[in-house]
Amino acid sequence: MTISIDRQKDNHQRLQPNGWLRYFSFSLDHKVIGIQYMVCGFLFYLIGGTLASAIRIELASPMSDFLPRDVYNQFLTLHGTIMIFLWIVPVVNGAFGNYLIPFYVGARDMAFPRLNAVAFWLIPPSGLMLIASYFVEGAAQSGWTAYPPLSITTPQSGQIIWIISVLLLGGSSIFGGINFIATIIKLRRPGLKLMQLPMYCWAMLGTSLLVVLSTPVLAGTLILLSFDIVAHTGFFNPVLGGNVVVYQHLFWFYSHPAVYIMVLPAFGLVSEILPVHSRKPLFGYTTMVYSIMGIVVLGLVVWAHHMFTSGTPPWMRLFFTIATSFIAVPTGIKFFNWVATLWGGKISINSAMLFSCGFIINFVFGGITGVALAQVPFDIHVHDTYFVVAHFHYIVYGGTVFIIFSSIYHWFPKVTGKMLGEKLGIIHFAITFIGFNLCFAPQHWLGLNGMPRRVAEYDPQFQFVNQISSIGALLMAISTIPFLVNIFLSVRNGKDSGDNPWNALTPEWLTSSPPPVENWEGDAPLVVEPYGYGDSFSQKNKKI
Amino acid sequence: MLNKNIYLILIISCVFGISFWIGFNVNLLPAEASINAPIYDELFKILFVIGLIIFIGMTLAVIYSLFKFKRRKDEIGDGIALEGNLSLEIIWTLIPSIIVLIIGIYSYNIYDRMGGMKELNHSHEMMSSNNEKIWAGISQSSNNDIANNNLSVEVSAMQFAFLFNYPKGEFISGELHVPVNNKVSMRMESKDVIHAFWVPEFRIKQDIIPGQPTILNFTPTKIGKYPIICAELCGPYHGGMRASIIVEDESDYKDWFNKNKKTEVDL
Amino acid sequence: MTTLDSSKEIQKSTPEVSKNHEDFRMFGLVTFLIADGMTFAGFFAAYLTYKAVNPLPEGAIYELELPIPTLNTILLLVSSATFHKAGKALLKDKNSDSQKWLILTAFLGIIFLICQLFEYFHLPFGLTDNLFASTFYALTGFHGLHVTLGTLMILIISWQTRLNTGRITSKNMFPLEAVELYWHFVDGIWVILFIILYLL
Ligand code: HEA
Ligand code: HEA
Ligand code: CUA
Ligand SMILES: [Cu+2]
Repeated sequence: MTISIDRQKDNHQRLQPNGWLRYFSFSLDHKVIGIQYMVCGFLFYLIGGTLASAIRIELASPMSDFLPRDVYNQFLTLHGTIMIFLWIVPVVNGAFGNYLIPFYVGARDMAFPRLNAVAFWLIPPSGLMLIASYFVEGAAQSGWTAYPPLSITTPQSGQIIWIISVLLLGGSSIFGGINFIATIIKLRRPGLKLMQLPMYCWAMLGTSLLVVLSTPVLAGTLILLSFDIVAHTGFFNPVLGGNVVVYQHLFWFYSHPAVYIMVLPAFGLVSEILPVHSRKPLFGYTTMVYSIMGIVVLGLVVWAHHMFTSGTPPWMRLFFTIATSFIAVPTGIKFFNWVATLWGGKISINSAMLFSCGFIINFVFGGITGVALAQVPFDIHVHDTYFVVAHFHYIVYGGTVFIIFSSIYHWFPKVTGKMLGEKLGIIHFAITFIGFNLCFAPQHWLGLNGMPRRVAEYDPQFQFVNQISSIGALLMAISTIPFLVNIFLSVRNGKDSGDNPWNALTPEWLTSSPPPVENWEGDAPLVVEPYGYGDSFSQKNKKI
Repeated sequence: MLNKNIYLILIISCVFGISFWIGFNVNLLPAEASINAPIYDELFKILFVIGLIIFIGMTLAVIYSLFKFKRRKDEIGDGIALEGNLSLEIIWTLIPSIIVLIIGIYSYNIYDRMGGMKELNHSHEMMSSNNEKIWAGISQSSNNDIANNNLSVEVSAMQFAFLFNYPKGEFISGELHVPVNNKVSMRMESKDVIHAFWVPEFRIKQDIIPGQPTILNFTPTKIGKYPIICAELCGPYHGGMRASIIVEDESDYKDWFNKNKKTEVDL
Repeated sequence: MTTLDSSKEIQKSTPEVSKNHEDFRMFGLVTFLIADGMTFAGFFAAYLTYKAVNPLPEGAIYELELPIPTLNTILLLVSSATFHKAGKALLKDKNSDSQKWLILTAFLGIIFLICQLFEYFHLPFGLTDNLFASTFYALTGFHGLHVTLGTLMILIISWQTRLNTGRITSKNMFPLEAVELYWHFVDGIWVILFIILYLL
C-alpha cells in the first residue's frame, strides 16, 4: 500500500481556501498550521501575561487589596495553565515543529495532515473554555498542579472545566507527538540518514517520545480526579480511604517530563540559530544527539523531586536526588557545545543571536538552582517558596520564551519574506533581559527568607523586594510593545528579505521565502550537511 | 601561547576567588535557630560557591565570544570549520559528572546528619496506640542526653489554622511554645486538605497530608519568636495561615506550661 | 559568502525523489497504542499502589467471582483468533468468508460486554463503596469502553468487506489490519488486567 504525494496534493487544493482566510480554516498545509499555532499561542501568552501582571500588581503591597484572595488563586492557576499548556507547549512543539519539520525531513507535509489540523483545532476551544470558566462559578483555584483534596473541595464547575480542557490539550499534544514521530522516522526523504538531520528534528523526536509516554498518564490521572469530584469516588480523597500521594506521583510522572517537553524543542531551535549566525558548524553533533536521548531517559525517572516534603521514604528521596542531579550532565554537554559553537566564529550580533545568548545565560542560572533544588536537604527548606518560582521562571521564561523570541527573529523572513527591524529588536531584547532579571532574581532571596508561593498577602518586611520584582514584571510587559510594533511595521512595509537572508544551509532556506504550497518547486534537496559552515566548507564538498 | 595560558589561569583563579568570596560572605539566609540550620547553611554555601563558579564561568565565556568573535563591518566569509573535539567533549562530560557526584555524596552526608536516614522509633509512646502508617519528616534530633527529656506536641492543621495540643498538660494552644535546646517531637495531622509546617529559621518543612500522620522532630537552639508558615496551597486564606513558635528558656517555658495545664504533671 | 553556492551544488546533484512513500499509517497507530497503553499503565500503577499501601477498612467487600471473567478472557482470546482468520481469508480474496469471521468476532465482543454488564449488576459493591470497588470499575470500565469502540469498528469494517462494492479488499487491507492490531491490543490489556485484578 502506498500513498502518493500527488494524491496528497489534490487533497490540499480541494480543501484549502486561499488568501488570509486559510488561516481561519481547517487547513491541511503544515505551514498554515504552524502559523495558526504561533498566533494562537501568542494571543494566549498575552492573556497569561496579563494575569501575571495582575499577580504582580497584587504582590506590590503586602496586603491582599487588589484582588480578592480566591480570585488571586484563580489567576495564578489560570496563569500557570495558560502559559504551559496554551503558550509554551503549543508554540515550541506545534508552531515551530509543524513549520520546520517537513522541510527538515524533505517532505511536502506532515505524515498525517488531517490529524495535524485536528490537533490544532482542539486548542482554541479548550483555551477559550478554560478562560470562560472564570465567568461561571469562578475558575479552578487549586494551582496548576490541582492537588487533591483541595481540588476536590473547591467549587466544582471551575475545576471540572479545567480538567476537561487540560484533557483536550493533552490529546492535542499526543496527536501532535504521534505525527512528529511518524514524520521524522517514516517520511524522511530517501537518502537522508537520521544522523544527517538538523538538531531540531532530534529534539522533536525526543520530545514526542516524552509526550507519547507521559501525557496519557496525566489523562488517566485527571479522569480519576474528575470521578472523585463528580461521582464521589475516593481515589484521592482520604476521607473515603483514598491516597493523595498517589495523585502526586501520577501527576509528576507527566509533569516532570513536561518540563523537558517545554525545553527540549528550545534546545533544538537554538542549535539551528547559533551555527547560522556565528557561521560555524554545530559543535559536537553526535554528543548533542546522545545528550538529548539521555535527557529523555533520565527525565522519565526523576519525578519525585517535586515531592520531597510529602512523606516519601528515605531511599526514594535519595534515588531521586541522584537521578535528578545527573540530568545536569547531558544538559551541560549541550551548553558547553553551544559555547564552543560560538567560539572562533564570525558572529553577527543581531536580535536572534542576542536572545539566544540571553537564553544560555538565563538557563544556566535556572539549571543550577534546579540542581540545588534536587538535593533533598536543600529542597526541604525552599520547597513551595518563591525560590522555586524563581527557578522555573528562569528556565521557562529566561530559557524557552527567550528562544521563542529568538526563533521569531530568525524565521520571520522565512515565513513572510520580510525582514524584522534590528533596532526595535535590540530594544526589545534589552528591556526583556533587564526586566526579566529584575523580576525573578530577587525572588530567590524571598524564597530563602520565608515567603511561600501562592499567597496574596505576605510579611511587610518583604515589600521592598517584591516591589522590585513587580517593576521588573512591568518592564517585561512594556517590552512586548517594541516587539509588536516591529512585527506590525515589518508586515506593513518591511524590507524584502530575499529567499535566504542569513545564507543558511538548513533545507527550509533552500526554497523561496515565503515557501510555495508544496514547499519546493521541484524535488526536495538532499541536505546531508545542514551545518556545513566554515571556511574550508567549499573545498570539502567538492570531494563528495 | 604561554601568555595565553597565564591569562586563562589568572581568569579562572579570579572566578574561583570571587565565587568563594561571595559564597562565604554574602548571607542570603535568615537566622539560624535550630541544630538543623547550621548544617543546612553549610550545604547552602557549598552549593552557592559551585553554582557561582559555573554561572560566572559560562557567562564570561558567552560574553567574551560575543566581543572577541564579533563580525566586523567589512568582513565576509565563515568561521573555522570545527565540527567537534572528542577530548574536549569527554572533559566536559566528566567534570560535571564528578561535580554532581561529589554534590550528591556531600548532600547525602548532610541528609544523614539532619536525621533523614534514621528509621522511625516505633516504641515512641505517641504512636503505639494503633498501627497506622506513620511518616517521618526529615529533621534531626540531637543525640545528647537532653533528648530523653523530649517534648511531644500534637499538631492539627486545618483551613486555616494550626492548633497545638500538649497532651501532658491536656491543653490546646494557638502558639507553639518550646524550651530552648530541647528535642521537640511533633505528631502532625491534617483535618481537611494538605498543609505544610514550615519554620524558615529552623530550615525544616514538612507537608501535613490528610490521612497520613507525620512525625517531625527538631531542636531549637536560639531563644526568640519565629513564624510558622503554611507552605502548601490550601485555599483562599492559605496566605494567612500562620502561627508562631516561641522558643524560651527552660523556666519561662515551665511558667507558661503551668499557667495553661489542666492536670498536674511534673516536667 | 561561499557556503550558499556550494549548497546549491548539492541541490543540483540530487537524484530524482521518488514520489512514493511506504505506508506509515500503521506506524502511527502503533505509536498511538503505546500512548493508550501508558494510560492503562498509569491505572495499573495506581491500583497496585493502593493495594500495597492503602488497606481497606474492615468489613469492606471486595470479593470477586472468577467464572465470568474467566469466560470473558476466553471469549476475547478466541475473538483474537477469529479476527486473524478474517484477515487470512481476505488475503485470499474470500471476502464473504472474511465478513463471516468478522461478524463472529464482533459477536464475541458483544457477548463479552454483556457478560461484563452482568457481572457489574451482580457484584456486591458499587462504584463508591470502597477504594477497591472504585478502582475496579474504573479499570474494567475504561477497558470496556475500548471493547465497545472496537466492536463498533469491527461492525463497520465487516460491512466494508462485503463482496464487490466494499472498500476493503485484499488490495486495501489497511483498515482491517489496523482494527485487528487494535483488537489484539485490547485483548492483551485484558489479560494483564485479569491477572492483576482478579488473580493477584
Ligand atoms: C522547562 C522547564 C524546566 C526545566 C528544563 C527544569 C529543569 C530542572 N529542574 Fe525544574 N521545575 C520546573 C521547570 C523546569 N525545570 C517547574 C515548572 C517547576 C515547579 C513546578 C511546580 O511546583 O509548580 C520545577 C521545579 C523543580 C524542582 C522541585 C522544587 C520544589 O517544588 O521543591 C526541582 C527539584 O529537584 C527541579 C529541578 C530541576 C533540575 C535539576 C533541572 C535540570 O534539568 C537542569 C539542568 C541544567 C543545568 C544544570 C545547567 C546547565 C549545565 C551546566 C552548565 C553543566 C554544569 C553544571 C553542574 C555540574 C551543576 N525543578
Ligand atoms: C510556562 C511559562 C510561564 C511564563 C512565560 C510565565 C511568565 C510570568 N510569570 Fe509565571 N508562572 C508559571 C509559568 C509561567 N509564567 C507557572 C507554571 C506558575 C505556577 C502557577 C501555580 O502556582 O500553580 C507561575 C506562577 C507565577 C507567580 C507566582 C504566583 C504565586 O505563586 O503566588 C508569579 C509571581 O510573580 C509569576 C509571574 C510571572 C510574570 C511576571 C511573568 C512574565 O514573564 C509575563 C510577561 C508577559 C506579559 C506581561 C504580557 C505582556 C502583555 C500585556 C500586558 C499586554 C496587554 C494585554 C493585551 C493586549 C490583551 N508567575
Ligand atoms: Cu494551610 Cu496553606
Ligand atoms: Cu521536575
